[in-house]
Amino acid sequence: MSDSVSDYEFNHKHLLGLADYSKEDILYVLDQARSFREILDRPVPKVPTLRDKTIVNLFYENSTRTRLSFELAQKRMGADVVNFSSSNSSTKKGESLKDTIRNISSMKIDMVVVRHESPGVPHFLTQCVDAAILNAGDGAHEHPTQALLDMFTMQQIHQNLKGKKIAIIGDIAYSRVVRSNMIGLKKLGAEVVLCGPKTLMPPFVKEYGVEVSYDLEETLAWCDVAMALRIQLERQGNATELFPSLREYHERFGIKLEHLDKYPDFKIMHPGPINRGVEMESEVADSERAVILDQVTNGVAVRMAVLYLLSGGNRV
Amino acid sequence: MLLKNLRPVSKTHKGDEITDIRIVDGIIKEIGADLKPSKDEEVKDFGGAYVSPGWMDMHVHLREPGFEHKETIKTGTDAAAFGGFTAVACMPNTKPATHTRDVVEYIIKKAEDTPVHVHPIGCVTKDRAGKSIAEMADMKDGGAVAFSDDGDPVYNSQVMRVALEYSSMLGMPIINHEEDLELSRPGHMNEGKVSTRLGLDGTPGIAEETMIARDILLAEYTGGHIHVAHISTAKGVDLVRQAKKQGINVTTEVCTHHFDLTDEEIDRQKFNTNFKMHPPLRTQEDVDAMIEGLVDGTIDVICTDHAPHAIEEKEVEFIYAPNGILGLETAWAITNMRLLQTKKLDLQQLVEKLCYNPRGILNLPELKIEEGAEANLTFFNTDEEWTFDLKNVRSKSKNSPYLDTKLTGRALGIFNKGQLHLNELK
Repeated sequence: MSDSVSDYEFNHKHLLGLADYSKEDILYVLDQARSFREILDRPVPKVPTLRDKTIVNLFYENSTRTRLSFELAQKRMGADVVNFSSSNSSTKKGESLKDTIRNISSMKIDMVVVRHESPGVPHFLTQCVDAAILNAGDGAHEHPTQALLDMFTMQQIHQNLKGKKIAIIGDIAYSRVVRSNMIGLKKLGAEVVLCGPKTLMPPFVKEYGVEVSYDLEETLAWCDVAMALRIQLERQGNATELFPSLREYHERFGIKLEHLDKYPDFKIMHPGPINRGVEMESEVADSERAVILDQVTNGVAVRMAVLYLLSGGNRV
Repeated sequence: MLLKNLRPVSKTHKGDEITDIRIVDGIIKEIGADLKPSKDEEVKDFGGAYVSPGWMDMHVHLREPGFEHKETIKTGTDAAAFGGFTAVACMPNTKPATHTRDVVEYIIKKAEDTPVHVHPIGCVTKDRAGKSIAEMADMKDGGAVAFSDDGDPVYNSQVMRVALEYSSMLGMPIINHEEDLELSRPGHMNEGKVSTRLGLDGTPGIAEETMIARDILLAEYTGGHIHVAHISTAKGVDLVRQAKKQGINVTTEVCTHHFDLTDEEIDRQKFNTNFKMHPPLRTQEDVDAMIEGLVDGTIDVICTDHAPHAIEEKEVEFIYAPNGILGLETAWAITNMRLLQTKKLDLQQLVEKLCYNPRGILNLPELKIEEGAEANLTFFNTDEEWTFDLKNVRSKSKNSPYLDTKLTGRALGIFNKGQLHLNELK
């Protein structure tokens, strides 16, 4: 049995981060997501829930998966959707973010999905406009819908995450995915171990109540789920590289085929996009132990649930 | 002019006696109880408020010339007077940089009609570029009181060595913005628990401390006077403490926000950019160390690093917002609340940090409250509750972390340049 919550009073206007959501909030969202996940398997996977809503997707950073996933979720619920993307930071040339969002908001927008390289931008937008704000990733701060879809996927494997052993492997310091996951997983009672080179661990990360390991073998032997994070290749080649080479990284922290035989129990997740041959061998990514594509499908359902709840749908 | 019912605080007054002060032509003519006004004499009753020799903020940015949209000498000195300061030393990161005598003289001239004495700090290096030292002697003759490339460190150790040697010949301090840029960038706040939680790149304390350590060693070697700008970390205070024990010519200052606020504010205030400055807000341990350093004399000076930025510059994404906050208007209230009301320092010690020490470091004459002395005075209370709201911001910019905060203790005005300037709350 999963820890489900019925007749729950969900009272959030925004989803800025999982730091603001309680355990009950998270379980409720995941519960709602299960209904939407069923809809996705129907012959016509559409519902009219957001028929009267207008949503803008504001993407200041490149994104394929997250943006498509949000857009699909919105369209499957019948919302009117507009997309704005810019790789240029608005403050560097032309209009400020505040002006951009106030202008867009004047066109009568109900919800804003935002991704930005600066932590805190979703919070900033709540001060600029009335619309509901959904954080689709703010710098290395939070990426709450990713963590929700990760937890949803873990629930498909283990139902109740209490006491489950989750390893997160790789570039911890620069990952918003890991921050939201640590917050959410700890709230649901999971045990979390972070594994990767010491230089990719942020200072004081143990404040989250997680453990740190520099030993992949030990970590894989322990865990129920191993979530590998993307190594941000674009950071390599800078003057201050944080680890010596991709080769050494893969040798020490890459998940290999041999691990699947050696440790037969753990499942493999990855928020994508994968660098094959870095975080894991290709065969590992394509193996039956990997639930990476399930994560992607679940992402649409989880985002539908969040959009539904923040549109006030459950309060009607 | 007769000023009635004041409690003087100075090296020779503890603030425990009420007296009257008569000022004629900008000179203190008479001090005594119950002075009677002569015919037509203007009388101002202060009702038992304190008076001390005029305060000085030795670390402000007046932004003129070049950045008049942030602050001007006029608005910046209005803010200073509102904060109780009769003098400020202004940093040279202007445009053009204050790196030649003509810019020094321009600033002094522009400040002539203001109620506050403005003492320019000249650049250490030409164009603040960090490559070769500026014309220090000429700037001194023009009225500069110290040298600094503030906003940036003097990064090249050889340039710093030369600067310390040359300025020591002139008897002038070098004020260094202590920051190892490789260690600190691209930090947007203190590196620690909170930066990890918020996913913001952090500037670690060691970026400041390694530079302080270098400068102390260079000061010892050259015999120059290094003044450590806006100290913010516990280890940094310790380095200065040890250096002072060894007799090295080092002094330092702390900004009011660094003995009041911690990096937790950036989380609590939801990425409010009015809590972003350099050095960043640090931890409670550091705040405690600032207070300890003030108490034991390691930290000589209380300053503000008053750094105005326009609304449109600050109302942006956190990582794009410039560093810096206002300080002049709220300095006394924060000092009063954190140091006096908590009994960490007494009034006389605070006047040392706000008046005697900064003036001493900058070789300005010592101020006195005695008959025959020039009337350069600050009036203040310690118990008035007030709110620093937008109406009461005197700066041209509004970037204060204390906006709409309830404060205790207010500067009531100053007497300077022959005139009484009283602050009215709006």
